[in-house]
Amino acid sequence: MPNISRDEVAHLARLARLAVTEDELDVFAGQLDQILQAVAKVGEVAAEDIPPTSHAVPLTNVFRDDQVRPGLTRDQALAGAPAAEEGRFRVPRILGEEQ
Amino acid sequence: MSSDLTRLTAAELAEKIHAREITSVEVTQAHLGRIEQVDGTVHAFLHVDTDGALEAARRVDEALAAGEPPASPLAGVPLALKDVFTTSDMPTTCGSKMLAGWIPPYDATVTRRLREAGIVILGKTNMDEFAMGSSTENSAYGPTRNPWDLDRIPGGSGGGSSASLAAFEAPLAIGTDTGGSIRQPGAVTGTVGVKPTYGGVSRYGLVAFSSSLDQGGPCARTVLDAALLHEVIGGHDPLDSTSIDAPVPPVVAAAREGASGDLTGVRVGVVREFSGEGYQPGVLAAFQRAVEQLGRLGAEVVEVSCPHFDYALPAYYLIAPSECSSNLARFDGMRYGLRSRENGHSAEEVMSLTREAGFGPEVKRRIMLGTYALSAGYYDAYYGQAQKVRTLIVRDFEAAFDRVDVLVAPTTPTTAFRIGERVDDPMAMYLADLCTIPANLAGNAALSVPCGLSEDDGLPVGLQVMAPAMEDHRMYRVAAAYQAARDDAEGGPLIHRVPDLEVTAR
Repeated sequence: MPNISRDEVAHLARLARLAVTEDELDVFAGQLDQILQAVAKVGEVAAEDIPPTSHAVPLTNVFRDDQVRPGLTRDQALAGAPAAEEGRFRVPRILGEEQ
Repeated sequence: MSSDLTRLTAAELAEKIHAREITSVEVTQAHLGRIEQVDGTVHAFLHVDTDGALEAARRVDEALAAGEPPASPLAGVPLALKDVFTTSDMPTTCGSKMLAGWIPPYDATVTRRLREAGIVILGKTNMDEFAMGSSTENSAYGPTRNPWDLDRIPGGSGGGSSASLAAFEAPLAIGTDTGGSIRQPGAVTGTVGVKPTYGGVSRYGLVAFSSSLDQGGPCARTVLDAALLHEVIGGHDPLDSTSIDAPVPPVVAAAREGASGDLTGVRVGVVREFSGEGYQPGVLAAFQRAVEQLGRLGAEVVEVSCPHFDYALPAYYLIAPSECSSNLARFDGMRYGLRSRENGHSAEEVMSLTREAGFGPEVKRRIMLGTYALSAGYYDAYYGQAQKVRTLIVRDFEAAFDRVDVLVAPTTPTTAFRIGERVDDPMAMYLADLCTIPANLAGNAALSVPCGLSEDDGLPVGLQVMAPAMEDHRMYRVAAAYQAARDDAEGGPLIHRVPDLEVTAR
């Protein structure tokens, strides 16, 4: 039995905001199944009492004084925008027809 | 004259520039000329900044002429920068269509430090898209070719950086290493690649793939050159909250000490798990000869077992995609980068269409894999379990470093494979990272130094040396000693055996 079905891959693509094609779904479903089968090997390790490591160095919050420092200007921030208008990012309509 | 300049090491070039025997402009012109001649074939660069490089070189020459001391030990030396670090005066594409032509509004800390050190940035190097890959074939701009054999891959993700060194287009380069993307390209091109301790080099302005693993580092043709570059780019950065607030380990002194060739008292552990099935016989033979060489230099060599290293690859291919699925959510077509045509679609639809058009297959695979591993119902079995394996790998390293000063292994199980050979088989591609991943998961330092040619195909092999966190200098000492001994025994640097490239106009 496969680890992951074609429908599940289609669902993942929707969650990940990837408008994949039908052909891609065929390919990715097979490949993701193969990869998941390989990485499931982590389950072989008896690690019930082992704490997880999320980061290589122990992290604590890093604080700094609340002082003003230079940041991007508005023009710099907008320099790479696909569309801008009146000094703002211009985006497509946010709400769908049904909303 | 100018072609000779491209054969020198960075240390030699710096010495001549600082003594004003040659100018930085001459050195820069020589390398730009070499790029012009061979990069049509090699394709190491995505962008060459001729004017900016010459201008930076001129400033170094003027400062020296005015009697100022060099800004750094590498002032005036040219460098190739991986296209994953932001540059305010050059495009930063990460090898992706998503960022085609994007010029960031700021410099990465690494970029800034290079500029402040008077290092001349020649341009930006090719890479697997968003650093995901082991061959540079995942670049949206076409593959880079390995100067040792143009039909083969130069490693990845930093194949542009490694190939630029092996093609004598640059004496120095910068890479990033999330699962081996500096060390594996170094191994397959006969060059030196260093992954510093995680937190040793700032990630500010390094476009994120997997934040808990990504680490920038130096690439060069000699261990000493890598050490000199390491000291330029390393050190604490308040703009990166994971940056280590401690002095840069004394890597240059260690490389110089190592070059004297004595490793008496150094305990070297050979990782038992990185051998056997799946390893090319010529790679294992070259590695074995390197280990024997370390013994002759006075090192005490023992075998060490790190039983959980076998689980590092599967853990990595859960953790890295999970972090990538989150990090790459920023590419939404709204603020910068690609936006697909709106045609009346909603923002969310535009986002999905943009990501479909802008990302290549490997990036999509990893985003979906990460999305899966982080989903409710699967989280514990996949991502959660991978994080526990990560703890066990940290413990394996700790136990090993109680017994030995450094660990050694082959850098990658095979020599450079053929372009196209693994593109349709993601798992085969992933195996290239088998030996490099543990150091990323644990965050300690590791490097690859050339250890001869594989007798079965005549291609370069890498010796990986791993050291504890913030003990980067240990591996530099061992690698420098090894490189000096190997070069002496073999009558010169390995890289000088790379075949001549046909010179063509670009």
